[in-house]
Amino acid sequence: MTENPELAEESSMPEKDILAEIDAVDELPTAPPKRRVRLSWLGKASAAIVALWLVICLIGPSIAPFHEMDIDGDDGFMGYHTNEYGTFYLGTDYLGRDTLSRVIYGARNTIGISLASTLLAYLIGITLGILAAVKGGWIDMGISRVNDAILSLPTIMLGLIAIAWLGSSIPVLVGTASIIYASSVFRIARALGQDIMVQDFVEAAKARGEGVWWVIRSEVLPNAAMPLATDFGLRLVFVVLFISSLSFLGLGVQPPAADWGSMVRENLQGLPYGSYAAIWPALAIATFTIPINLIVDDISAKSGGSLASKMV
Amino acid sequence: MQKEKLVEVKDLKINAKNDDGDVIPIVKGVSFDIHKGEVVALIGESGSGKTTISLASLAYTKPGLYFAGGELLVDGEDMLKAEPLRTREIRGSKVAYLAQSAAATFNPAITIGEQVTESAVLHGLLSQNEADKRAVELYHALELPDPERIGFRYPHQVSGGQLQRLMAAMALCGKPDLMVLDEPTTALDVTTQIEVLKAFKKVIHEENSAAIYVTHDLAVVAQIADYIVVLYGGEVMEQGNADEIINNPGHVYTQRLMAAVRPKPQAGLGSSVGVEHEREIPAIRITDMTAGYGGIVNGEPKIPILRDVNVSVKNGHVVGVIGESGCGKSTLARVMAGLLPQARGTVELDAVELDGDLRNRKLEELQKIQFVFQMADTALNPKQVIGDIIGRPLEFYHGLKGKQKHAKVVEILEMVELPADFASRYPMELSGGQKQRVNMARSLAANPEVMLCDEVTSALDSIVGANVIKLLTALRDKTGVSFVFISHDLSTVASFADEIVVLYAGRVVEQGPTDEVLTPPYHPYTRLLISSVPELRLGWLEDTMQKREMSVGIAKDVEITSVGCPFFNRCPIGIEGACEKQNPPVRDLSSGHQITCHRTIEELEAVEFEVQKALASQNADEALV
Repeated sequence: MTENPELAEESSMPEKDILAEIDAVDELPTAPPKRRVRLSWLGKASAAIVALWLVICLIGPSIAPFHEMDIDGDDGFMGYHTNEYGTFYLGTDYLGRDTLSRVIYGARNTIGISLASTLLAYLIGITLGILAAVKGGWIDMGISRVNDAILSLPTIMLGLIAIAWLGSSIPVLVGTASIIYASSVFRIARALGQDIMVQDFVEAAKARGEGVWWVIRSEVLPNAAMPLATDFGLRLVFVVLFISSLSFLGLGVQPPAADWGSMVRENLQGLPYGSYAAIWPALAIATFTIPINLIVDDISAKSGGSLASKMV
Repeated sequence: MQKEKLVEVKDLKINAKNDDGDVIPIVKGVSFDIHKGEVVALIGESGSGKTTISLASLAYTKPGLYFAGGELLVDGEDMLKAEPLRTREIRGSKVAYLAQSAAATFNPAITIGEQVTESAVLHGLLSQNEADKRAVELYHALELPDPERIGFRYPHQVSGGQLQRLMAAMALCGKPDLMVLDEPTTALDVTTQIEVLKAFKKVIHEENSAAIYVTHDLAVVAQIADYIVVLYGGEVMEQGNADEIINNPGHVYTQRLMAAVRPKPQAGLGSSVGVEHEREIPAIRITDMTAGYGGIVNGEPKIPILRDVNVSVKNGHVVGVIGESGCGKSTLARVMAGLLPQARGTVELDAVELDGDLRNRKLEELQKIQFVFQMADTALNPKQVIGDIIGRPLEFYHGLKGKQKHAKVVEILEMVELPADFASRYPMELSGGQKQRVNMARSLAANPEVMLCDEVTSALDSIVGANVIKLLTALRDKTGVSFVFISHDLSTVASFADEIVVLYAGRVVEQGPTDEVLTPPYHPYTRLLISSVPELRLGWLEDTMQKREMSVGIAKDVEITSVGCPFFNRCPIGIEGACEKQNPPVRDLSSGHQITCHRTIEELEAVEFEVQKALASQNADEALV
């Protein structure tokens, strides 16, 4: 055993202060700084690029040098050249239309359709997912099994069947994409909802006698919102790629309307001749989807990676 | 005898850095030594830096913290300067760590034996064969049942107390120089705590390894530590040999901690109830209730938890419900609240029968029974401000809106001693004790007749918990609310409740006024519970283990039986052939005090007499020595 008399009294705090501190009931933890999502420089750059694309969606037709359907170029698959109609900065496509203008016009179709589809998918997926989580029992069982069936089918095959049956138009595209992607949103919303439903504060609301609607609106949704929002970005990318692949197969947006996926397909034959006409729309897809992914990564890293565990 | 120094902590400083780059000192220059074979206790409340210091001996800091200065020498090697590769060699071989929750430490998919020997084999200290042998030795030393084969079981196949001891085997397998025990008994029932403490003490002594024991419970420290370091706010308040600190605390803070040690549960602690709220009919009454989980088949629950329970709560009274974990305490409250419909029996509120399912209860009935959840952290929606959390029952039950609602919220915040501007804060921005106050304020806002409090002080520090109890007492006196106060801590219940219900394996074994329940004759289980509450006295553990009820009642599994007395396998005075075959009769004593036991009151009294005599002769022996 040791004796350390010199160590016995070494506190720098007077005893009185310590007792006062313990007794102070209103002693508060310092309020944490407001939780702002601070993006890294990569995230900021990505956000700028995505914002640029959204602006192009809005004002595209007024800044495009040509109309998407005008065949003004000297020839198909030309590089940079100028003629009496104007300058073709990114060359022409297989029909001699201006590639730059078509990429600008195509932004509207591709981004517009995928945004609409993703929003619709979220509406359907969250509604059913939260409903299944809150209600449980047969409702959950019924919706979940139908959902499993949809999830088990390859997305492109499902899209092909729907379009072969209903024909290709923008409403059919949006509808098909949203139903296909609603199934994965459903899975996430249901998993999140189930996690939240077993929390004590939901139990407390139930014990108070609150109705289902109030529990969903006030207890479940606010707590599911952040992870769902992070997932939204990711899902949007999938839809862009889905629409582009359908267009690549010739089943998406129909010619002569421009859309990035179909532009890649149309101009593929130019690649052996050194034409970049297929590369530019592909780059457009990449510069829209990759930054969105980077933003999502950034946000989920900041929210402690809890999203990753929710991903099904 | 001067022992060799094993650990030297010199002016240890650990800081935290927050997102804004501000430096916050967590440990502000702490120094102490640990000698070989010595147990040093770090004691203090949460935020005192005790865990941070103990982790530093493993060359580890929690994310966001860093070593800011000083030295921490283990065998002459400075842990603060250890390279990442070196730390891997140190952890688990030189210094071993025992976490608070064994259940969270063990991997449920791997057998216990594999996990116990893993680190010793991984570090190349022992071969698998040697490690297995060593593990069995340790199981023997830790007095685990069936030591030869327990290693082949999976973690879920042993009890919580056994798992906690197995974790000690895991830490000791590689013969570490130093063991770090972080609150290893805090989450356990008193009866389990004794069993674990006893095993720890024995094995530490036999292995002659040094240990850092981190806890906030002075009574536990008194049993196991040789040297005590009292911490507050990252500074040493006082340090010295255990007997010195316990018997002669020098610092006011140590004295404060000692005052917060739970007193021995005994008659006279319970607060008396004013008569102004008395009424003829009980506020809530449960009759012949059986409940459980897994659905109901033929009027019997698939997994029965509670059997034939009769409890009645008078208006303005506090009924304490106590028992070991898994005895059905929370289930009882959930049945009262209608969260779990009972299989049989009735629940009455003001002598009106209630539906078992809360969805079929009237709004008014729901308002009168309020449930306060155990963990304030999860019971408050993190996305709602305090004003909305407390305001919702006001709006829902009483239709208050706008300014009226806000005024009432402020009033209720005042009742629970919180400032009015808390209404605009989020739960995350409050401390643990404050959150628990908000949690109670929400129930209070409903203006209930009965509040069901499920272990509301269990997760709080002793001083904070004592303040919450004070608040509850004041609330009861002011509003006349009845409380059903559930806790596994007999001392807390004894200091607050005026009636006690003792549950064992889903049955009421004893109930009545606090003073009656806590004076002999006891039900054998009540006596076991009372003797298991640690006392702030050196040598208490050894004394207690001498007692007969301990040798029979400790370290046994609870058997849930449908026929007979469930306590039979742990009872020192069980009657073979009767207790396990027939349900025990309810024996009425004075003023509503009931004991459910095959032994008659006279027989129970005779047992008490013997105990008293044995104690007296023991004391006489000591006097002679």
